[in-house]
Order: sequence, then structure tokens, then C-alpha cells
Amino acid sequence: MTDFPWLLSMIVVPAIGAAAVAALPRDREALAKQLALGVSLLVLVLAVLATVAFDAGGDRFQLTTSVAWIPDFGVDFALGVDGIALVMLLLIGVLMPVVVLASWRETAPGRRSVRAFFAWLLLLESLMVGVFAATDVFLFYVFFEAMLVPMYFLIGSFGGPRRQYAAVKFFLYSLVGGLVMLAAVIGLYVVSSGELGEGTFAFDALRQIDIDPGVQKLLFLGFFVAFAIKAPLVPFHTWLPDSGAEAPIGGAVLLVGVLDKVGTFGFIRYCLPLFPDASRDLAPFVLVLAVAGILYAALLAMGQSDMKRLVSYTSIAHFGFIALGIFAFTTEAGTGAVLYMVNHGISTGLLFLAVGMLIARGGSRQVSDYGGVASQAPVLAGVLLVAGLASLALPGTNSFVSEFLVLIGSFPTRPVFTVLATVGIILAALYVLILYQRTMHGPPRGVLLDEPEPSETLEPAVSGGGGASAATATVTAPAPPAVPRLRVPDLGRRELAVAVPMVALIIALGFYPQPLVRLIEPAVAATMVDVGADPAGVQPATTDVEGAD
Amino acid sequence: MPELSPADGLIASSWLLIALPLAGAAVLLLGGRRTDRWGHLLGVATVVSAFVLGLLCTVQLDGRAVDVDLFTFVSVGSLDVRAGLLFDPLSAVFVLLITGVGALIHVYSVGYMAHDPHRRRFFAYLNLFVAAMLLLVLGDNYVALYVGWEGVGLASYLLIAFWYERPAAATAAKKAFVMNRVGDVGLALAIFVLFAQLGTVSYAGVFGSVGLLTGGTVTAIGLLLLLGACGKSGQFPLQAWLPDAMEGPTPVSALIHAATMVTAGVYLIARSAPIYDLTPAARAAVLAVGAITLTIGAVAGCAQDDVKKVLAYSTVSQIGYMFLAVGLGPIGYVAGLAHLLTHGFFKAGLFLGAGSVMHAMDDSVDMRRFGGLASRMKTTFVTFGLGYLALIGFPFLSGFYTKDAIIEAAFDRGDGWGSLLGWVAVLAAGLTAFYMTRLMLMTFAGRPRWEPGVHPHESPPVMTVPMVLLAVGSVLAGFLLVVAFPLEEWLAPVFGAPTEAEHVVAPLTVSLLVTAAMVLGVLAAWVFVGRREVPVTAPVRVSPVTRAARRALYADTVNESLFMRPGQWLTRALVFIDNRGVDGAVNGLAATLGGSSSRLGRAQTGFVRSYALSMLGGAVVVAGVLLAVTVG
Repeated sequence: MTDFPWLLSMIVVPAIGAAAVAALPRDREALAKQLALGVSLLVLVLAVLATVAFDAGGDRFQLTTSVAWIPDFGVDFALGVDGIALVMLLLIGVLMPVVVLASWRETAPGRRSVRAFFAWLLLLESLMVGVFAATDVFLFYVFFEAMLVPMYFLIGSFGGPRRQYAAVKFFLYSLVGGLVMLAAVIGLYVVSSGELGEGTFAFDALRQIDIDPGVQKLLFLGFFVAFAIKAPLVPFHTWLPDSGAEAPIGGAVLLVGVLDKVGTFGFIRYCLPLFPDASRDLAPFVLVLAVAGILYAALLAMGQSDMKRLVSYTSIAHFGFIALGIFAFTTEAGTGAVLYMVNHGISTGLLFLAVGMLIARGGSRQVSDYGGVASQAPVLAGVLLVAGLASLALPGTNSFVSEFLVLIGSFPTRPVFTVLATVGIILAALYVLILYQRTMHGPPRGVLLDEPEPSETLEPAVSGGGGASAATATVTAPAPPAVPRLRVPDLGRRELAVAVPMVALIIALGFYPQPLVRLIEPAVAATMVDVGADPAGVQPATTDVEGAD
Repeated sequence: MPELSPADGLIASSWLLIALPLAGAAVLLLGGRRTDRWGHLLGVATVVSAFVLGLLCTVQLDGRAVDVDLFTFVSVGSLDVRAGLLFDPLSAVFVLLITGVGALIHVYSVGYMAHDPHRRRFFAYLNLFVAAMLLLVLGDNYVALYVGWEGVGLASYLLIAFWYERPAAATAAKKAFVMNRVGDVGLALAIFVLFAQLGTVSYAGVFGSVGLLTGGTVTAIGLLLLLGACGKSGQFPLQAWLPDAMEGPTPVSALIHAATMVTAGVYLIARSAPIYDLTPAARAAVLAVGAITLTIGAVAGCAQDDVKKVLAYSTVSQIGYMFLAVGLGPIGYVAGLAHLLTHGFFKAGLFLGAGSVMHAMDDSVDMRRFGGLASRMKTTFVTFGLGYLALIGFPFLSGFYTKDAIIEAAFDRGDGWGSLLGWVAVLAAGLTAFYMTRLMLMTFAGRPRWEPGVHPHESPPVMTVPMVLLAVGSVLAGFLLVVAFPLEEWLAPVFGAPTEAEHVVAPLTVSLLVTAAMVLGVLAAWVFVGRREVPVTAPVRVSPVTRAARRALYADTVNESLFMRPGQWLTRALVFIDNRGVDGAVNGLAATLGGSSSRLGRAQTGFVRSYALSMLGGAVVVAGVLLAVTVG
């Protein structure tokens, strides 16, 4: 079973699916959706089987495939996964069918065909698998850049009113980051040819080169800037709220849930092992950005009136936690950070989906346009609450485990940063509960209100005269004023099919996270060796406690 | 801490204690309307069976500390968090309180919520609460406790906001959750310090090695745990959420915001006794918090007109007594826990009585519109009256035994601080008698001041039977726990064998002092409230002291002006800065690089082409460099 090219097939299957969907006639939209759903489910099956084939205690990279691509420059089409990449592939596998289902009613503005939407989704899936599965730095770079194109079209062609502005901004930011990284990739090649006699892009070979600390810093910064834009750390973040707000919901889920994780994935896969000295030297600088982001973005989330922008800002705060975990250099925090990457994709994914379901009913993204929805749509309210509670990392939800691991693992090496980050959990409670209270609690209110006819309710009051004759007014009023009522349908069957698996995952991974942790830990421990930290984890400050318990 | 025994017999199944109500909650929440007809019965059944199971486990316990290891929750690096339960005399006491009082309140709720269309949802949340609370007290490590800790916070949030269409209820729920989270930060940080220093988070591991830590570290851990305890238990400076939590249905106030959840802070400190035993400084902080809070609560309780608010401030104040007790260290742990248990009976009974009164008065809580209810609601009056006597420390009722024990222990400290704390506690006992007598007089005595159309009537038996049982508990619990079957001996495996304390002030003297304070409080209430006609609206021209007491010594004002308003201002400022400053700077930069900013927006059409071009450019650069490197 290990011989089957799992990774290659996970890239090829959705790519072929994308081509097939795009090739369908314009009027076969239903078939396009069914095909997209089928392909995404097939990829999920492949991801699960690949996980079964993976041996958590085995080699660092498994399920490898390698074909010489540009032999003259040592570029290989080399694929392989460690536990870190594997769990990201699982996340992609889970999110994709959910996103396809959630986008079922997606319509294309203008004359565009909605089948293009699903073709771009599948192409994006193929490229996202590639970016996590590449073990050749040049190949990684190619996927990293190529991934922009489908996301650009998903935002720019199918997004909200300011979609073009948002898409261009997304593109420009990513482009700048990509170019800086390109320079660093080339630099890395130059260094490798100096050290090894022959240039290479192979990750494992590059990892073993001892690079001059000064050069390391430059190369580190090249990669870091690209990744810090992708998984936006403050102050590289301002593109995300625009993109997250304007992207169609499915696109937003993939953008924040998976695409942005390439940044944090890059930190732990490329920055730490390739530039260990620079990582250690520059860690305080990264941690300042991470913790500043946790607090700053959480405060900004509280101040947002647009629900999708709000969710985008919460993600920026969460990326701060992930960066903190990665740059704390302990196995516990690093494992927590990778787990966080998966959990955040599920919890924030569901938060986006729930908010999207509300927006689909009211047609507005403004928090202030809703109120009291829970009384009419209790299941929708429950889904939003579960997603929100996962977002504030309540114990019993998946995010608690990862946030807890990040914080408890970071505290021993970085107590001050950790204490500041822990304060962020108060802010998280605020931004989630404020959103929930304003939309779901309180008396019925807002755009979903079934407005009573103004002519019937107003006229008797006017004819009744001033306040002096209140008694006569009640006598003359023919009928009590119509009570405004909310008219919100609760979740339908398709929406339940979207929400239920996500809620189930949130709770299941909240109580039994160990299977994922077991997959992730060896890869993180190996990275800790690369960066010169103890792979066995935190050693207690009081060392002679053995046997005490 | 005694040696851990492996799980055997029924105790091996003690995870069912948590699983039963959790399953109840799951069925009721997922089952939807299909379960409307019998949902409340299932809710009652799960808690009653948990009580029976808890009772059987307790019988089998025999002074041991039994560890029930379930599965690996998360294990990574040197961190190993087990899902495991610790069934020992201390957790057994809490299990019985939670499931016992919980079962009675579930039964009462069947009647109280009978006309609420969402009764099923109510029972689901109530079951969820019981499950989380049992996890809190049964977990064998600090992480399990934390999971239960925030779990009860969630249940509390859901139940305070049960009538979420009322903005006040929704806001109170949010306030409770957020203020609890402030405390949770303390608890979380304490766990981080324990792991960083000792490499373990299990009770057995921590208590076995905490002696290796330096004094400063232990004190830091003690203070952080105290912050957590203050949040959950509504203690100074995090007390302001608890009175607002009265927006929830009254059975919730009885179970969560009086008898069980809010005492979790006391449990945390008592459970962490091996830590606090090593840090007099942190114990002093616990004492200070207790003394300050018991005074604030008692003073505020004297000036409230809302019957539930009086009881809420009373709870704040009584938990202050418990903090005071456990802050005294070994001489106070048992006294604090005994008061926790008796308080669980009489305060739950008082709340259920208040609920019965509200039921009769069309959900009004304004005591100024009560009066003369004694004759209309005899059962409620008698059961409430017994709870009242127990609370004010009427001789030989529950509060008399357990409150006296705390005050005795304070004097037994033997130094000036001990005397000060003792006197504060005596004074507050007088205030307690005052505000509770005022409540009794305004509610049950005098002439009716009812709103037009109100026709008070006694509640149905499904409500009065639990009230009667709790009243019996209020009368007897103190005698049983202090004299007949001393709690001290039951808890000896946890806190050590009882020793005959050297009394600085003779117990009889303390009892006389407290009783005298109580009589003075009752008399004062009679003079100021009982002899006069109660005005139906609160007098406006009152002394500054009354004004301050009405507003609970301005706790909300302080929180709002120190945190809320500056926070809102900061948020608005940051939103402006982020939109104009950070984003503006980057947009400006992009515009400078790419031409005019207006072109940025319109560049869209030709954009892909230009991207392709730049890709090509990039590729050329790459190829050039690669060539140069390979050739050169």
C-alpha cells in the first residue's frame, strides 16, 4: 500500500477533475457541482488512506515520489510528507467537500458560468496539496505562486461588491512576498552549490548544510516575509480582512483555513530547519509580532461591524498563537502550533460557514442588521455558538487542546510572551460573545424582520391625537399594532450536511486529540533537533522530581 | 495526600457519574422537539441515578483516594495529561452535594418551568452543568479541573441567557463569562507554572514535589490559583457578575449561583491545600479576599429591593466566609467546607423559596411590592423561614455550627490579624441577620403591597417537596456535619487527623458574640423595616452609605470606567488606525510603486497578463542566476 503514489494522485485527481468540470457545457451546472463533490470526496478518501499508509514512528518523510524535473539545476518533482504535512492534507481533504456543498447555491455575477467556480476550487485543491507535499524547495515555490491564480479568480470573479479591489490587493501582497522568497530560494541554491559543489533544491540536502549565520539571516528574512504575509502577522495583515470579507464563503474558508496556513507551515518546515541560527537569533522579533498580533487583531475584531471582516481579524489573532508556538522551540508548543493549524481550519472554517448561512438569509454582512435570530433559527444559532466557542478555545472543543499546548509549551522558554498571549483569551471571549449576543440574542430585530405594514400601524396613532387623549386613542384604535416577527428559515438539509461533520470534528478532536498529536509529534521533534532544541520536550526547572510521584 | 488506590468495585465506574448527565444533555439537545414530552423526566432521571451511584461509591470508599485512569487526553514531549478521576473523601463530599442538591433542583424545575416552551432546552443545559461540575471536582489533575471549570462557565452562560430575548439576560450572561475568563487566565497560568517547574499537572505529581519549589514560586502559584478562584466564586475584585447572573431562571440561581458552581473556588483552594500550606503569603491574600468580600456582600445585601439580588449578595458574602476559612490553612479547611455544604442546603432552599414567591407574584422580584405572604403561602413561608434562620446562625441550626466554626478558627489564629478577621466576621454576621430579616419582613410580614391583579397562591407539590427536603437539610446539616458525624473525621485522609486546637477565645464566647450580633441585626431590621410601612418605591433621599450600598459599593462603576470604556475607546482608535494608518501606508506604497491609486483599482483587467509577465521576468532571473552558478 505504501508503494501507491498517494500524494501524486491527490494532486492529479483534483486537477483532472478541474479540467473535466471546466470542459462541461455551460448549461450543465448541476453536473459540474456533483462532479466537484465526487472528486473532493475521492481526495478525502485518498487522504485517509495515505494516513493509514503513513507510519508515525517511521522515516521523517514518507510516501515519497521523486522524478527529475530540471536536472540541469537539480530541480526534482519530489513529493513526500511528514506528520506536519500529512495532517494538513487531511484538513484539505475534509474541508473541500464541505466547501463544495456550502457553495451549492453560489451564483456567478454577470454572464460567467458558475461551473468555473467549481473548476477553480478543484484546481486550488490540487495546488494546495502540492504545496504541502513538495520536498523540493523550487517545487514548493512553484506551487506557492501557482496557488494564487485560482484564489485570485475565486475572489475577483465570484466575490462581494468590492471583490476586484480585494483580489488585486491579495495578489499584490502575495506577489511581493513571493518575489522576496524567490530571491531567497535562488540564494539558497547559490549557497548549496558553494557548499556541496553542486546546487540542489532538495529539502533534506539543504537542511544539512551549515550556512554562514549572516547569510542565514538574509535568507531567513526572505522566506519569513513571504510567510508572514501569507499567514498574516501584524503589520503584514491588512489584505486579509478585505479578502476574507469579499471572497465567496467557500473561498474564504479555504483562504483562511488552508491557504494562509502555508505561511505557518513554511515557518516550521522551512525557516526553522534550514536557518536554525537565524531562527534562534530572530525569534524574539517574530514573537513580538506574534503577540502583538494576538492582542491587536483581537481588539480590532471587537470593533468590526462586518461579520466576515470580524472573522478574518480573529484569524489574524489565531495566527499569532501559531507563530508563538513555532518560535518557542519546544516540542509541546510546536506540536500545539501544528495542531492549531488543523483545528483553526475546522473551527474558523465553521465560523465562516455559519456567518455565511446567516448572510445568505439576510443579505447583509453587517452585525447591526441582525438580532434575536436564535428564537427562530435555533439550529443555526447552535452552530454559530459551537464555532464561536471553538474559536475562543473553550475546553471540550478542538481548539482548546492546541491553544493549551501552544501556551503551556511556550511558557517555559518564553514566559513573558506567553503571559501576554494568555491575556488574549479574555479578548477572544469578548469578540465571540459580542458577535453572538448581537446577532442571536435580544428581541427580534434587523433585516430579517417581517415588517408590519406601516400604513396600518401608523395611522391610528396619528388620528388619536396627542398624548393627552391616550385613553380615547386606545378606544379608537381598531386593532393592536401588528407585532413584527422574524422570518428566518432554520438550517436546511444541505446546510446540515455542511455543519454537522464540522461540529462533530470540533467535539471529537476536543475530547480525543491524541491520534492527531501522535502523527504530528515526531515531525516536530525532528524539527526541534534541527533547530538545536531538546526533542524530548520541556525539562522541568526542578529536575530531581523523578520518583517524587 | 494518601497513597492512590487502584479503582475497584463501583468506583471503577465512577466515570458514569459524568457520563450520565452528559448523555442526558446530548439526547435533549440533539433530539430536538421529539424529546419535548419526556425530556425533563430524562433530565431528572440522569441526575437522580448519578446521585445513587455517587452514594454507593461513597459507601465503598472507606477513606481511600481512588484513582480511575481512563485514557490519554494528550501526551506530547514531557507533558502527559491523562483523562483520569480521583475519587477521595473530598471529591465524594462534592459529588453528593452536586448530585443531591442538583436532583432536588431538577425535580423543582419540572414544576417551575412547566409553562416554559423551552423546558427541554433548560433541562439539557442543567444536565450539561451537572456533568461539567462533576468533572471539575472529580478530575485527578489540574487540566481536567480546568476543562470542568470552563465547562461550568459555559453552562452558566447558557442558563443565565436562557431567556435570551431579554437584553439584560443576554448581557449578564456575557458579563459572567468574560469576568470568569479573567479568573481563568490566572488558573491557566498557574497550570503553566506548575508544568514548567515540576513537569507535571496531576494532583499526585504536583503535591508530591511542590516542596522542591522556592517560596516565591509557590506564592506565585497560590496567587494565580486565587485569581481563578475569585472569578468563579464571585469574590473581590471579580464579584460584580454574580448579582447580574440572577437574570437566569431561579432554579439556576439556586443550583449554580448559590449551591455548587460558585463554590468551586473554595474547592480549588482546599484541593490545592498542599500548595497553600507552603505559602503564608498566598494564604494571607486568600484571607484578605475573603474578608473584603464578605463585608462588601453583606453591606450591599442590606440595600437591595430585588429579592434575588439580596440572596445573591448574601451568597457573595457567605462564600467570602468560606474563603476566609480556607485562607486560614489547616485550622480552617474543614470549617470552610462544612459551611460550603450547609450553605448549599440553606441557600438553595432560600432560592427555591424565592422562586416559589416569584411564581406566586407573576415573576416579580421587587420586595417593595410583596408583603403579607406568610398566610397565603404557608409551606413556602415555613421552609424559607427555616432557611433564613439557618443562614443568620440561629442557635443549633446549620449556619450556627458552621459559621461559628469559621469565626472560632479566625480567632484561633492567635495574632492581631486573627482577631481583626474574627471581628469583621462577627460584624458581618450582624449585617447578615439585618438584611435577611429585612427580606423576611418585606416579603412575608406587613400588609400586602401587591401589584393589581396579582393573586398569590402556594406552589404545586413538585416544587414544595424539594423545598421541604432542603429545609430539613438546613436545620439538620450543621449538627450532622459538626457534631454527629464530624466532617473533620471524614476528611482526615485529605487534610490530616483533627487536632484539638488551642482556643484563644473560648468557643462559648464566640457563640455568644455571634448570637449577640445576630440578635442586634434582627432588632435593627425590626426597628428600621418591621415597625414602619414599606414604601412601594425606593426612597430617593437617602444617606450616601445607602446609595453606595445600593450600587454594591460602585463595583460596576469602577469596572466600566477602568476597563470597559477605555477598552471601547481603544478598539475604536485601533480600527481607525488599522484602516487609515497601516492599510493606508501600504496602499500608498503600492500606489507609488504601481502608479496612481485609482489605477490600482482599475488595473484588474490587465492584471493577469502583467502577472504572467512578471512570472516570466522572475523565471528569466532564475534561469540567469542558475546558469551563472552552474557555469561559473
